[in-house]
Amino acid sequence: MTTTAPIESTVIDGVHYHQYDIVIVGAGGAGMRAAIEAGPKARTAVISKLYPTRSHTGAAQGGMAAALANVEEDSWEWHTFDTVKGGDYLVDQDAAEILAKEAIDAVIDLENMGLPFNRTPDGKIDQRRFGGHTADHGKSPVRRACYAADRTGHMILQTLYQNCVKHGIEFFNEFYVLDLIMAEIDGVQQQAGVVAYELRTGEIHVFHSKATIFATGGFGKIFKTTSNAHTLTGDGVGIIWRKKLPLEDMEFFQFHPTGLAGLGILLTEGARGEGAILRNASGERFMERYAPTIKDLAPRDIVARCMVQEVLDGRGAGPHKDYVYLDCTHLGAEVLETKLPDITEFARTYLGVDPVVEPVPVFPTAHYAMGGIPTNVKAEVLADNTTVVPGLYAAGECACVSVHGSNRLGTNSLLDINVFGKRSGNNAAEYVKTADFVPLPEDPAAEVRGMLEGIRSSTGSERVAQIRKELQESMDRCAQVFRTEESLEEVTGIIHGLRERYRDVAVHDKGRRFNTDLLEAVELGFLLDLAEVLVFSAKNRKESRGGHMRDDYPKRDDENYMQHTMAYLTGDPHSSTAADHIRLDWKPVVITNYQPMERKY
Amino acid sequence: MTLTQEAPAAGGAEEAVEPFPVTIIVRRFDPETMEEPVWQDFDVQMYPTDRILDALHQIKWEQDGTLAFRRSCAHGICGSDAMRINGRNRLACKTLIKDLDISQPIYVEAIKGLPLEKDLIVDMEPFFESFREVQPFLQASKPAEKGKERVQSVAERARFDDTTKCILCAACTSSCPVFWTDGQYFGPAAIVNAHRFIFDSRDDQAEVRLDILNDQEGVWRCRTTFNCTEACPRGIQVTKAIAEVKQAVLRGRA
Repeated sequence: MTTTAPIESTVIDGVHYHQYDIVIVGAGGAGMRAAIEAGPKARTAVISKLYPTRSHTGAAQGGMAAALANVEEDSWEWHTFDTVKGGDYLVDQDAAEILAKEAIDAVIDLENMGLPFNRTPDGKIDQRRFGGHTADHGKSPVRRACYAADRTGHMILQTLYQNCVKHGIEFFNEFYVLDLIMAEIDGVQQQAGVVAYELRTGEIHVFHSKATIFATGGFGKIFKTTSNAHTLTGDGVGIIWRKKLPLEDMEFFQFHPTGLAGLGILLTEGARGEGAILRNASGERFMERYAPTIKDLAPRDIVARCMVQEVLDGRGAGPHKDYVYLDCTHLGAEVLETKLPDITEFARTYLGVDPVVEPVPVFPTAHYAMGGIPTNVKAEVLADNTTVVPGLYAAGECACVSVHGSNRLGTNSLLDINVFGKRSGNNAAEYVKTADFVPLPEDPAAEVRGMLEGIRSSTGSERVAQIRKELQESMDRCAQVFRTEESLEEVTGIIHGLRERYRDVAVHDKGRRFNTDLLEAVELGFLLDLAEVLVFSAKNRKESRGGHMRDDYPKRDDENYMQHTMAYLTGDPHSSTAADHIRLDWKPVVITNYQPMERKY
Repeated sequence: MTLTQEAPAAGGAEEAVEPFPVTIIVRRFDPETMEEPVWQDFDVQMYPTDRILDALHQIKWEQDGTLAFRRSCAHGICGSDAMRINGRNRLACKTLIKDLDISQPIYVEAIKGLPLEKDLIVDMEPFFESFREVQPFLQASKPAEKGKERVQSVAERARFDDTTKCILCAACTSSCPVFWTDGQYFGPAAIVNAHRFIFDSRDDQAEVRLDILNDQEGVWRCRTTFNCTEACPRGIQVTKAIAEVKQAVLRGRA
């Protein structure tokens, strides 16, 4: 059975030591999908900051793409093309092919595990439309998204956890991984395990492992308006960064078009898939002007930009003309109650607006990091453009394979976590068959202990919440849907100042048990690191592509920028001047079948 | 330029609303330093559309960083922040200030029946242990046709739809008077999750689960007080689901 108590562990100088073949960091969709593969084959532990069913996979709504062709003609090749085009040609096409091909098994796996998908009249998995998914290379929208009402992510998370229970996977819940242990063996940097902080007791645990899989999710909390959970602070991506491993394509962040105005709570694109329409203040269906063929079902980057443009041009709705409407009124109560019940309730609960009878105020919300920890298609983490870090894997939002390029299509993330989560689990299990444990360095917990004690004992005058608020507001103002040299320069200066102040941060709670005050301070450190890398990478990309829109460089520039950004930490991670410690490089995009074309919908 | 929205932006077309003072009284406990829990007052500035979670954040971020509570998604999906608000089990992120009587202080405390760890945090292990005991995973003796889904009609799928909504927040179980007095009872959430599989046409181990629930700590402990149904933030008809499981136990099948 699952347990939170370690089976074998020792305590040396107050630090707990555990040994597992495979350690999985994160218990969202990718981590648990990996665990289901790895658990039966190798001694595996899942370490999670939250209880597994709290992970943000559960907030995903609309669906999971797979060319099952259950309701109309479809093919994985069309899905590949849509993914490549949707990502504005920055997608690695070999990876996109794997994603689209393995999608079909990934959905069937979940159904066979028990996931209650909505059904067609003949009892097969039902499918619906979603942005950017088309038949025959853009001819018309296609029904490709497999779904369970508008709580597909919830069902995936529950199903995966249920199957972890079935397989007796061992969990360490509310353990917060803060460091990756690296050691050099024969001139090669290898991973040896991780260091975690147990929230309940405040004690430190070292997990010695042959392989480690990072499945730690995203970092939307660098922004103020976001669909992301409070806990999505990019800890895993930040740990990798601090170990001087590169991060890829960090400038590409997705803003989901339909966040509840002012709150950022997600309303699924599945609403538009079912026929909902975006309207400006005068009631005009403005997407007809911008994407005449697929209109409201254009990819998210395009729709988000059009919405902001409408507002900038004075056509926004509401007292401050600062949002547009998502009109679901023509769908009827039955469609809303059966296919979109959760978002219907969100609008009622949080805005007091009933989507059955009135349009819902919406505005783009920070949603998804396309960039992250670079991996190859085996989910192995890369130390540069080609070199693998032995024993280290990453999957899900924290990773960059890159199947999403510069803009992810809706329903491709629930797919990504399943396809690459499974791959990471299988490949790690294969790896540990022949790999040995890398010896731990002396006192592997020293760095984490120092960091925690530093914050706990600080008498500084700065407060976590104030710095975080300033960061989030500045990122919304300067690095959101539209960016310019000037806005990025401004936020660079702000981040610099905040990083200086962060050195002087102090917490109220000096205790050991459930010290969430301390945890938030640590999380803020990761947010500041990642915001800095994002902005530094964004400044360097003087073109507009996918989720990265530069108002001062409005065109895509394939000649100079048809390549992935690779950011490296080269100096003191705590220095506050980005240029002192970040070096940028490029990584070629893998092209198989699709040469870049103009992106019209 | 990029647009931002000022809190409390709110979608409605109402006039600009000023924040107003609200008193929150939180039951505090830290076993490292205290013998017994104590109630502590905090004054916060709230907008009508703010949630109790916003009030707790305001306390933690601006007044007292030691206040401990769990939260994650902040919109009623992750199930982290079930707590007792004015004596009723609710999610802090789904309870809006405007829906409470703010002429009185608002009382906030940890859910009952599970060991108190600190402030609003309880030990969730006993709760998840009951969940795991009902074998909450699909068990089908016949493998599916390779590479194919198991066929299930729209009506068969609808049969257990309600109980698939559970987010394991424990609001139901920790509102149950039987659970408070008897830590052995499985509790509503475990039964809801058993229901989800017992009535799934693809599953054929209903009898095993019905046996488990026919145990003396099983469904028969339910006294039909409906606290659970009232507490469920997902609107699941919990008492009805328990009643259906009771009937299935008597029938010996789903």
